[in-house]
Amino acid sequence: MSPLTPEKITELAETARLLRVDSLRLIHRRGTGHPGGALSAAEIMAVLYFHLLRIDPTRPDWEERDRFILSKGHASAVLYAALTRRGFFPLSELDNWGELDCPHQGHPDRFKTPGVDMTSGLLGHGVAVGVGLALAARLKKLSYRTYVLLGDGESQGGIVWEGAMAAAKFRLSNLTTILDYNNVQLDGPVHEIMPLEPLADKWSAYGWRVEEVNGHDIRQVADALGLAAQIHDRPTIIIAHTTKGRGVSFMENQSFWHGNVPNAEQLKQALVELGEVSNG
Amino acid sequence: MAELSMREAYGRALAGYGALNPKVVALDVDTSASTLSSFFSGRFPERFFNIGIAEPCMVDVAAGLALGGFLPFINGFASILSLRALEQIRTCVCYARTNVKIAASYAGLSDFKDGATHYSITDLANMRALPGMTVIVPADAAEAAAWVPLVAEFDGPVYLRISRAGALPVYQPGTPLQIGKGRTLRPGRDLTLVATGAMVGRCAAAAEQLSAQGIDARLLEIHTLKPLDRDLLLQAAEETGALVTAEEHNIIGGLGSAVAETLVESRPAPLERIGIHDRFCPTGRDLDKLMDACGLSVAAVVAAAQRVVERK
Repeated sequence: MSPLTPEKITELAETARLLRVDSLRLIHRRGTGHPGGALSAAEIMAVLYFHLLRIDPTRPDWEERDRFILSKGHASAVLYAALTRRGFFPLSELDNWGELDCPHQGHPDRFKTPGVDMTSGLLGHGVAVGVGLALAARLKKLSYRTYVLLGDGESQGGIVWEGAMAAAKFRLSNLTTILDYNNVQLDGPVHEIMPLEPLADKWSAYGWRVEEVNGHDIRQVADALGLAAQIHDRPTIIIAHTTKGRGVSFMENQSFWHGNVPNAEQLKQALVELGEVSNG
Repeated sequence: MAELSMREAYGRALAGYGALNPKVVALDVDTSASTLSSFFSGRFPERFFNIGIAEPCMVDVAAGLALGGFLPFINGFASILSLRALEQIRTCVCYARTNVKIAASYAGLSDFKDGATHYSITDLANMRALPGMTVIVPADAAEAAAWVPLVAEFDGPVYLRISRAGALPVYQPGTPLQIGKGRTLRPGRDLTLVATGAMVGRCAAAAEQLSAQGIDARLLEIHTLKPLDRDLLLQAAEETGALVTAEEHNIIGGLGSAVAETLVESRPAPLERIGIHDRFCPTGRDLDKLMDACGLSVAAVVAAAQRVVERK
C-alpha cells in the first residue's frame, strides 16, 4: 500500500471517475444492469483495488492475496471495471457482455471471471462467507484480510445479521465490511421500504467496531480501511454514506436508476457530466 | 434397537478421519450433541465451529472455509439444512462449487419423538434437483462410517444423509463402495427391490419372506441417488421385468421418482413405489412402529412386490 499523498488521492479520484464511465458504458452496451449502485461504490472500489488490496493480477489464485466479496453482486459492472483496469482481464472481453458466449456473467462468477473471489448476486451472503474466509486465514496463519462490500437493501435480510453475529463471536479482526449506504433500493428509499436505522447502533450491538465515513471522500474511505487493519479484537464495519447514481445528476437518489439502463442520449449526457466527452 | 446408530458411526468416523486429514473442519448449529459431531469437536476443538441455531449462516461460513482451502463437513438436522438453508446450498455451495460436505442428520422419520417439523421427507428431492450435488444415503451404521473418507476425498459438494437411529445391518465393513455404483445384495429373477437408506434392511427381510412364497426377488442398494446407477437399474428391469422402490422419503422426488424417470426413458417396466404418500407423519414412541404406520413396513414391501409381479 503506497502512502496516501495528495497526488495519490487525485489519482484515485480519477480512477473512480473512470470506473463510473466504464460502468455506464458496460451497462448501456449490455442493455441491462444496475447503474445506481455501481456509481455509488466507485470511490470505495477505487480505494480497494488501486490502493489497499494486496492482490496480483498475474496470480489471481495467490493464496496470500486479500479477498474481496461483492455481496451486492448486481453492482457487477463496477467490479468488472475495476478488475479490467487493474489488469485481471482485458476490457474487450466485455464487448459482448450478456451474450451466451461471453464468459463474464451478469453477476460475478468466481470460475468465469479472474479476480472474483466469490460468486455472488443473490443478496445477503457476503458477510457470512467472509467469516469463513477470515476463519481460514486464522487457521492457516495467513495474513490476508477479507473485505465485503455490502448493500443497504440487502441488510434487510436475516442472513447478514447471522454472519455479523458469527464474525463477532470469533473476533474476526481480519474481516472488514464496507456498507455502501446510498439509501435507495429498487422500490424506493431504504428508510421507507424497511428502515435500517439506527444502523451504527445495530452493528455496534452485534459486536462490531463501527466507523462512519463519507463514501465519496477518498481520504476518509482509505483512512477508515487502513485503521480497520490495525484493530485486533473485532471486525470493523465502515458505514460509507454514499449517493445512489453519484456523478450523474439525473440518476442521483433516483430508485428508477437502481436497475434501468441509460439510452444513447442519456449515456452521452452522463458522460458529459463525468467529464468524459464534451457537450458538442 | 441394539445396533449402533448411524449418527454415532458417522460421528466417530468423522473424528477418525479428522486425525488423518488436517484440512477437515467441522461446523454445527447447536446440535453437536445430537449429530455427534461432538466426537470431532472433542478431539479437534480448534477445527470445530459452532455457529448457533443458524443453518443458512453455517452453510455460508463453510463455503468461505472451503474457499480458504479447508474441507468443511457441516452438521445439522436434514429437515432444516435441506429447506431453510437450501438457497445457501444452491448458491454458495453448488453454483459457487465450494467443496462442502453436508452431513444431514436426523434424516427421514428418525427423529420420531419430534414429529413432522423435524422429519425430512423432501430432502432427497431438494438435493437431487441441484446441479452439481452428489446425494448419498447410507443403509446402516457401518456404511455411514465407510462413506466418510470417500465423501471427503471426492471433489465436490456431497449431501450425506444420516439417520438418528440405527438400521438393520446390511453392510460388511471393508466391502468396496463407489459413488454412483449401486450394490446387488441379493440375486433374483422375478422382480427387483430397489432400496435406499434404512429401507435396504427392510427390503432384505421382505426378500426372505417373498422367497418363502416362491418369489425370487433381487435386491439392489442404491446408496447414490445422484448420480444414479442407470446401468444397474436398466439391467434389473431387463432381467426381472418388474421393480419396487423403497425409501424413507416422500414418494415425490426421491428414489422412486429417479428410478421411474430412468425406466420410462429407456426400458419401461411395471414399478411400485414404497415411501411416504405425500403427507405429514405423526410423532411416535418407536421408530420401527412409526415407519410401519407410514407405509414403510416389510409387509408393505412384500405386498408391493406381489402386486408388481402380477403386473408383469
